[in-house]
Amino acid sequence: MTTSTTMPRGARYRFSWIGMIGFAIILFWAIIAFLAPHIIPYPVGEIVDEDYFGPMSSKLLLGSDYLGRDMLSRIIMGARYTVGISLAAVCLACFSGAAFGMAAAVIGGWFDTILSRFLDALNSIPSKLSGLVIAAAVGSSLPVLIIMLGVIYIPGAYRFARSLAVNVNTMDYITVARTRGEGIPYVVFSEILPNIIGPLLADFGIRFVFIVLLLSGLSFLGLGVQPPYADWGALVHENIGGLPFGAPAVIVPSLAIASLTISVNLLIDNLPKKIRDRSA
Amino acid sequence: MSTYVLGLITNRLGSAALTLLIVSFAVFFATAMLPGDTATILLGQAATPEAVAGLRAAMHLDEPAFFRFARWLFGLLQGDFGTSYVNNVPVAELIGARFVNTMRLAGIVTLFAVPLSLTLGITAAMFRGSVYDRVVTILTIGVISVPEFMIATSAVLLFSVYLKWLPALSFATDVDSFWQVLKIYAMPVITLTFVVSAQMIRMTRAAVIDTIKTPYVEAAILKGASRRRAVLIHALPNAVGPIANAIALSLSYLVGGVIIVETIFNYPGIAKLMVDGVSTRDLPLIQSCAIIFCVGYLALITFADVVAILANPRVR
Repeated sequence: MTTSTTMPRGARYRFSWIGMIGFAIILFWAIIAFLAPHIIPYPVGEIVDEDYFGPMSSKLLLGSDYLGRDMLSRIIMGARYTVGISLAAVCLACFSGAAFGMAAAVIGGWFDTILSRFLDALNSIPSKLSGLVIAAAVGSSLPVLIIMLGVIYIPGAYRFARSLAVNVNTMDYITVARTRGEGIPYVVFSEILPNIIGPLLADFGIRFVFIVLLLSGLSFLGLGVQPPYADWGALVHENIGGLPFGAPAVIVPSLAIASLTISVNLLIDNLPKKIRDRSA
Repeated sequence: MSTYVLGLITNRLGSAALTLLIVSFAVFFATAMLPGDTATILLGQAATPEAVAGLRAAMHLDEPAFFRFARWLFGLLQGDFGTSYVNNVPVAELIGARFVNTMRLAGIVTLFAVPLSLTLGITAAMFRGSVYDRVVTILTIGVISVPEFMIATSAVLLFSVYLKWLPALSFATDVDSFWQVLKIYAMPVITLTFVVSAQMIRMTRAAVIDTIKTPYVEAAILKGASRRRAVLIHALPNAVGPIANAIALSLSYLVGGVIIVETIFNYPGIAKLMVDGVSTRDLPLIQSCAIIFCVGYLALITFADVVAILANPRVR
């Protein structure tokens, strides 16, 4: 029970309304992605419009694409790939990055030096470039994309978690735990992790945005999600021919990406200080 | 300059060299794990085993990967970028002219982006908390949060579809007049300037605000200096280092941006060459382009670090 605290719960975690809007839009896309196959008005592969790059109408709410397929259905299904792949990749990046980062801070010595040196070097390869090189080498099936996006962002997550953990590692209660004879896994997960979980979650969100942007960029170049699947970046790629006509098929997927990434940024910028701050 | 500063800078350069070695190692092995045998891919399914074996020997494919890496790296150091798999032309020849094109694009963008961002960043910091500051901040966050191709497509929609000022996605090769050159470069430069400036404005604003918070600026304001005077005369000279650092760091965003922009506007630079190389799986070409980009990126980041060291009077 939380009634023992003197302050009402709402006063401790107050979300600003801008953060709430951000959260609502993220939730909206999450539900869309989850329910996608049940709410699409037309099957994604079916040609429903005799015209290509059709305008918005009451029959096709967001117009039609370069083959005359329903754009709304394709965007709803695209949410699955954009949100799903990015979420899987960000989990991979943040979980392994944070685990290694905390372990490096606790273990220290050679382990820390070599791992930091190596991952910092990898961090100095621009993310789009790594994407291109890996896509050229091993292609871009869905599992490869997830692993690739995750691996590209491990060094960043590692660096962030390590810098937080190094500060916590100097605290007295860590010394106490070590003196007590606790092993490294215990110190990492029971002593350090609870103290840095807030900033780590904020970092999770920021890295999610980076991954959505990178995935969309690669798909836009035609090197990300491959047909017959299409994420939002791939939708822009395949409909780029409609740009001179200002077709909704080019504009709407871009807007979908922007709405997701801006919402995540808004939510994180407006998180209560208690969660976001490093000192928390 | 003291020996201590020289030591710090040598240290930075040394660590950049080590980083570059690790990066080239990573690039080489990422491309070397390509499934399938390169010689078989090159010669096709119909090749005789003898021909494949001959090609393997000629390309040193039988050697251990580490020796191939060393051979490749020494070649690079001597300016030998290898031979393209696809059209059997030395990669250096393919890259040559296109490298100049990319550098020209980057140079023009820098010329526009730096003054624009410094003005917006410093004024936003000066009037911190005002409506102007909030508008600038929201716009920069907006630009940072959307993919580069969205900025490019929006620019096309605005300038060529609705306003009809500029041609849409085409890079004309016949360039006769200055006016045409302007038209060709306008769209890529506008897009890249947006991408780079957003980062630069944010970092410049943060750097100036950091300096404004220091006790001596507070003292200047208490002394009776106007807000403008306190920022321009007292804070700015001390923020030169962090600002130069911010400029170099934001310019490194050119690397990602240029890949998208050259592709969408069909601009004949090395990024476009590399993206085409990825679709044809032309490994020597991809490796060389990747290394060139990494060198450029590392050079900018190291330059930013060195500037930060030089600008800090406590170290100097």
